[in-house]
Amino acid sequence: MIAELGHFALILALGVSALQALLPLYGWRRGDARALAAGRSGALTQFALVALAYVCLSLCFVNGDFSVAYVAANSHTDLPLMYRLTAVWGGHEGSLLLWMLMLSGWTFAVSLFNRNLPDYITALVLAVLGAIGVGFLLFMLTTSNPFDRHFPVPLEGRDLNPLLQDPGMIIHPPMLYMGYVGFSVAFAFAIAALLSGKLDTAWARWTRPWTTAAWMFLTLGITLGSWWAYHELGWGGWWFWDPVENASFMPWLVGTALIHSLAVTEKRGLLKSWTVLLALLAFALSLLGTFLVRSGVLVSVHAFATDPARGVFILAFLTVVIGSALGLYAWRARIFVTTGELQFLSREGLLLFNNVFLVSAAAAVLLGTLYPLAIEALNLGKLSVGPPYFNAVFVPLTAPLAVLIGLAACVPWKNSRGRDVLRLMRGPAAFAVVCAIGLPFLLQGRNTLVAVAGTLLATWAMATAGQELLRRARSHRVLAQGLASIPRGVWGMSLAHFGIGVFVLGVTHVSTFGAERDVRLAPGQEAALGAYTYRLIEVRGLPGPNYDADVGTIEVSKDGQRLAVLQPEKRLYRAQRNVMTEAAVDHTLLRDLYVALGEPFNNGDWSVRLYYRPTMRLVWLGGVLAFLGGLLAMSDRRYRLAQAAARAPDPSASAPA
Amino acid sequence: MTRRQQRMFGVALLALGIGVAAALTLTAFRKNLMAFYTPTDLVAAPMKPGASLRLGGLVERGSLQRGEGLVVRFTMADCEHKVAVRYEGILPDLFREGQGIVATGAMDGDGVFVASEVLAKHDENYMPPQVAKSLQTPQGHACGQFRPLTPALSPRAGRGRNIS
Repeated sequence: MIAELGHFALILALGVSALQALLPLYGWRRGDARALAAGRSGALTQFALVALAYVCLSLCFVNGDFSVAYVAANSHTDLPLMYRLTAVWGGHEGSLLLWMLMLSGWTFAVSLFNRNLPDYITALVLAVLGAIGVGFLLFMLTTSNPFDRHFPVPLEGRDLNPLLQDPGMIIHPPMLYMGYVGFSVAFAFAIAALLSGKLDTAWARWTRPWTTAAWMFLTLGITLGSWWAYHELGWGGWWFWDPVENASFMPWLVGTALIHSLAVTEKRGLLKSWTVLLALLAFALSLLGTFLVRSGVLVSVHAFATDPARGVFILAFLTVVIGSALGLYAWRARIFVTTGELQFLSREGLLLFNNVFLVSAAAAVLLGTLYPLAIEALNLGKLSVGPPYFNAVFVPLTAPLAVLIGLAACVPWKNSRGRDVLRLMRGPAAFAVVCAIGLPFLLQGRNTLVAVAGTLLATWAMATAGQELLRRARSHRVLAQGLASIPRGVWGMSLAHFGIGVFVLGVTHVSTFGAERDVRLAPGQEAALGAYTYRLIEVRGLPGPNYDADVGTIEVSKDGQRLAVLQPEKRLYRAQRNVMTEAAVDHTLLRDLYVALGEPFNNGDWSVRLYYRPTMRLVWLGGVLAFLGGLLAMSDRRYRLAQAAARAPDPSASAPA
Repeated sequence: MTRRQQRMFGVALLALGIGVAAALTLTAFRKNLMAFYTPTDLVAAPMKPGASLRLGGLVERGSLQRGEGLVVRFTMADCEHKVAVRYEGILPDLFREGQGIVATGAMDGDGVFVASEVLAKHDENYMPPQVAKSLQTPQGHACGQFRPLTPALSPRAGRGRNIS
C-alpha cells in the first residue's frame, strides 16, 4: 500500500511538473499574471509530492517490505536502521529519487527566496526547472521505478552493498547531489536570461548566491567522497581519477569557473555571454555525470545495474536538454553586447585567465574520461587512460591557478599600476619563499624540489588571502572593527582561497613524503616504514551484526615509543558472501598512520598494507574550508539587498499624482 | 605599452597558454593510453616484453599458488587460451578463482605476464551463487558469460596494487 502511494505521488508529480513547465511560459508570452504565478504553487506541490514519495520509499525500507523489488535488492533484515535509511539511495532507482527530491527542493527554494525578483524571471526559472523535472520523472517512471513490486516475494533481501555500509556514505551522496542538481538553478537562470534578453548586473547578483550554494555542496560532496574512498576502499588512496570521480569533478571545475566569471559580470558587466555559456555547461556536465554513472556505461563502485533502455533514455534526454540550450544560446547570445573594456592586468583580466585554465583542465579530464568510452562504442578496441595521464595534465594546468589566486588578490578591478601590484606582492611572496624552503624541513625533516614548488604555491595562496583581509581591515583604526566591517563575500572568498592553499599544501606533502609498504607478517612480527615500526600483535574473529570479521591488532611505534594501536578488520558480509576491508587509521593534523589487512595465509601469517600519509587531513580540511567560504559568500548582505532593490516599486510610477 | 599593444599581448598570452595546454594534454594522452587484451588477443599478436598493457580474463580454478612473501602466481584464461601471471602484492577483496579480473602490467621474456596492479571485477548484478554455478562449464569457467568479453569487464572497484 505504501509503495503504491509513493508510486502514485510520483505520477502526480509528473503532471504537476509538466504544468509548472508550461503555464509560466504561457503566462509570460500572453502577459497572463495568473498563469505566470502558477510556477510557484507548482513548485510547492511538486516538492510535497516528491517528498511524499521519498518518505514512502524510506518506510518500505524501514519495514523491510521485500515485495518491493528495489528494497529486496538493497536491504536485509539484519541491516541496521541507519543503513536502511541510507540504502534508499544505495542503488539506481533510489538515487534517482534522491536526485528528483533535490531538484524539487531546489525549485521550491527558488520559489521561496526569489519572491522579490521580477515575476517573469522567477516564472521562467521555475518553468525551466519544471521541464527538467518532467524529464527525470519520466525517466524514473518508465525505466526505473523504485516502487515496482516483485512476485514471488523473496524471504530475504540481498543486502546493501557492503561498500556503502559506512558512515561516510550517509552524507556523501546527498551533498554531491545537492551540488549536481544545484547547477540546474544557474542553468535555469541562464535560460531565463536568454529568453528574456535581460542579462545585467542585477541578473548576476540574483544568480550568484544560487551558484555559490551549488558549488559549495559539490565541493563538500567531493571532499566527503574522497574521505570515504580513503578509509573504505582499503588501499590508502584519496583520489583515483576514476570516471565516476571525474564525473563529479568536471562540473566542479566548470562551476568554479562560473562563480568567478559571474563575479566579473556582476562587478564589471563583462564576459556576459561567456558566463551564460558556463552556466549551461556546468549543468550539462552534471547531466553527463549522471549519464555516465547511471546508464551502466561505467562499471564502478557506484554503477549498479546495466540496462540499455536507461542509457538510451538518458542519452536522449541529455541531447534534448543540452542541444536545445546550446541552440538557444547560439540564437540569442548576440544580444549580450559587452560595452566595457577588459584590461589584462586587472582583476577581471586575471579572472579570465583563471577561467581559461579551469575550462582547459575540465576539457582535459573530459577527454580522458570519454575517449576510452568512445573508442569502445565504435568497436575500435578497448583502451584505458590511467592516472598518469590525469596527473601529467592536471598538475601543470592547475598550478597557475594557485599563482593567480594570489596575484588577483593584489590587483584591483578595472586597471592597475604594475608598481602598486609589485609593492603589495612583496610581503606574501617573501613569506611563501621562506615557507617553501623551511616548512618541508620543519614538518618532514627533508625537502625536495617538488615539495618546494608545491609549498611555495600553497603558502602564497594562503598569505595573499590573509593579506587581503588585513588590508581591508586596516582602513579602520581598530583592527577588530575593521575585520567586522569586511563584507561576508570577501571573507568567504579569502577563506575559500586559503582553503585551496591548505589543500595544495596537503596534496604536495602527502604525495612527496608519503610511504607505503605491503608486507607479510606473522603475529608478533614487525615491519618498519620510514621512522615508524608496525607490529602485528594478533588477529582474531569477531562477529558483527550482519558480517563476521577478522580483527587485527597492530601496534605502531616510533623511537621505541608506542604511538597507536590500530584494529583493521576484514569482514565477510553474510548475505552475499562479500569480503570487505575496513582500514584502521590513527591521525593527527599532520600525519596519518594507516593499516589494512590483506589476506590470511595457511600458516597464520597475514598480508598487511602499511601506510604513512603525512598531512592527509589538510587535503580534506582544504575542501571543508572552501565549503565554509562558499557558505559565507552566499550569505552576503548585498544579495538580499539586490533582491530588495528589485522589489522596490519604481518611485516615479508609484508617486501620488 | 599602448593599450592596443597591451591587449594584443594579453591575447597572445592566452593563445599561447591554450596551445601549451593542448599540446601537453595530447602528448600525455598518447603516452598513457593502454590497450586492453584478452589472453586470446595476446596469443594472436604477442606483445614485446616490457610494453605495458591491461589483460582481462578469468582466474583459472585451481591455478592460484602462493610463493615467497607476497608473490602469487595464477593463470588467466578466456575460453580459448591461458596466460601465466605473476604478481607481488595484496590481491583485492573481490579476487577469487573463477572470477573475472583485469591486470595491468607487461610480459617478461619467458611469456609470463608480470602484473603491477590487479583489479577484480565488481559483481554489479549481485548474481546469486546458484545462478553463477549454472552458467559454469565443467572446466570451471563461466564461458557463456565470458565470451565475448563483456563491456562490464572494465572494473574500477576492487583494487590491489603492487607497491615495491
